[in-house]
Amino acid sequence: MTADTLPRTTARRASGGGQLLSKVLLVVVGVVFAFPFLWMLATSLKPTDEVFATGTSLIGSRIAWDNYQIAWTAVPFGRILLNSLLVALLGAGLTVTVSVLSAYAFTRFTFRGRAALFGGFLATMVLPQEILVIPLFFMMQQLQLVNSFPALILPFAFGAFGTFLIRQFLLSLPPDYEEAATIDGAGRLRTLVSVIVPLLRAPIAVVFVFSFIEYWGSFLWPLIIVNDASMATVPIGLQMFSGERGTDWGPMMAAVTLVVIPSLVIVVLLQKQLRQGVAMSGFGGR
Amino acid sequence: MATVAPTGSGSTIASPTTARTAPGAARRRRPRWPLALYLGPGMLGFSVFIVLPLLFSLVMSLYDWPLFGQAEFVGLENYRRMLTGDPAFWASLFTTVLFAIVYTAANLAVCLGLSYWLMSLGRRWASSFRVLFFIPVVTPMIGNALIFRLMLNDDGVVNQMLARLGISGPSWLSTPGWAMVSLVLMSLWQGIGYNIIVLGAGIAGISPSVLEASRIDGAGPILRFTRVIFPMLSPTVFFCTVMTVIGAFKVFAQPYALTEGGPANSTTTLVLLLYRNGFSYDRLGYASALAWALFVVVMLITAFQFSQQKRWVSYDS
Repeated sequence: MTADTLPRTTARRASGGGQLLSKVLLVVVGVVFAFPFLWMLATSLKPTDEVFATGTSLIGSRIAWDNYQIAWTAVPFGRILLNSLLVALLGAGLTVTVSVLSAYAFTRFTFRGRAALFGGFLATMVLPQEILVIPLFFMMQQLQLVNSFPALILPFAFGAFGTFLIRQFLLSLPPDYEEAATIDGAGRLRTLVSVIVPLLRAPIAVVFVFSFIEYWGSFLWPLIIVNDASMATVPIGLQMFSGERGTDWGPMMAAVTLVVIPSLVIVVLLQKQLRQGVAMSGFGGR
Repeated sequence: MATVAPTGSGSTIASPTTARTAPGAARRRRPRWPLALYLGPGMLGFSVFIVLPLLFSLVMSLYDWPLFGQAEFVGLENYRRMLTGDPAFWASLFTTVLFAIVYTAANLAVCLGLSYWLMSLGRRWASSFRVLFFIPVVTPMIGNALIFRLMLNDDGVVNQMLARLGISGPSWLSTPGWAMVSLVLMSLWQGIGYNIIVLGAGIAGISPSVLEASRIDGAGPILRFTRVIFPMLSPTVFFCTVMTVIGAFKVFAQPYALTEGGPANSTTTLVLLLYRNGFSYDRLGYASALAWALFVVVMLITAFQFSQQKRWVSYDS
């Protein structure tokens, strides 16, 4: 629908006008797509009583920085951001560690029932977590772990995705490196840590980033297991905030802005891993 | 896990297992604990946090199980009630199916169009726009929903813009039909980034010489898309469709935060109904039965999609 409607030159860049028009149109699409964030930012700096009165204007009668102050103090925002960061980092770290160990076991050991065990493990990827959250809630209740970091982290660190992805890479990794290290006298664990793990940097990064994002955005489980602002993660903090000040749009958008910014940083910093990860999870099986 | 024979070689899949263990009679006597060391953590967590809850969920669905207090065995009563005594179940199933169909169709159409468009503009443009489209995937859904609640308010910026064009906008979030439209719109904004990357990778994998050949043959962009690109991309499109439908069936945070399931339960999806039954109405057993219904429906639909794939998916390149 773009460059190709114009003279069929092989060099796409050469087809001037159409290409330019196409780019301009795409920028318009981009602006429309980014508009909700723009509007969020604009609203976060408007006095609340002007939010709807200002119509389509991006600025109000004054810049209401105090919205941010209200947002920051109404719920313990610093604590909440820290909780989320801690849960996501520890969760992703645990997921990666467990996945590497399991993938190693599934590729470098042979044992009876290996294929069946791996198949069963893999099959649980299709289980919706919605089935698991109710019994998990009951388990956490029995273990007195409601409202705790272990409850937020542990249940979702043992899925098959990470093991599956890293296993794919291990299968294609020639054993020569490991054999060389073993001949040199290194033990299994040392070989794994100092020889294999560095070679698996790419899939490990992908598993880490995906797991991080899953913890970061997880909503249903924290909603069930957290009942106190001090243990809230970012989505729950926002939920609490909107529950208390549902029509206080200025401070509320300030709060949303405060959680959108770190997410934005994550996407921009980790774009390579994200792209690889999406592509790998789409094609990793083949 | 009786025989443990550590092998150094990597490229074993399933079949060589027996061949490997047979000659290693001496190996069998080697200690088994190394395997346990590597496999243990993962399988322990898997058992405790996936297998156990899975089995337990089946058990709970046979009980009248309150949040706190004594559970009572009721047999299949929860399932009977779900299928024959609770109109809310059928209503939410209908809502969920409607959402899944509309959302998946719109998502795939938008993502295919955008990926094809991005491809034509070269690598730099494509990658920066892919980053842009991916941002709402990562920002917390509750935040996204709050932004849309603000914009789609009766006096919100969307209606004010429409008013400037002389259109009187609807009550987006408080009329049943428009609430569903709003839900789909917000979910699209939030979700397309994912499929754009997957489809983009698929398109990038199409050999340029094939495209070039079709161009020389004089195929226009539309013909080229329907006859060349789409067939070559169909396995990727199939994958995206399957995953998007599964995701759509589990939609929860959007209706929870954007429309609160309303108006008149018109956006109460299965998972929202499940959450409310479990944690607002104190019926964990019934909620477990709903979870199993969700699982069965998702599996049936996925199986159906696989059975239909030979009609339109071509795996030969």
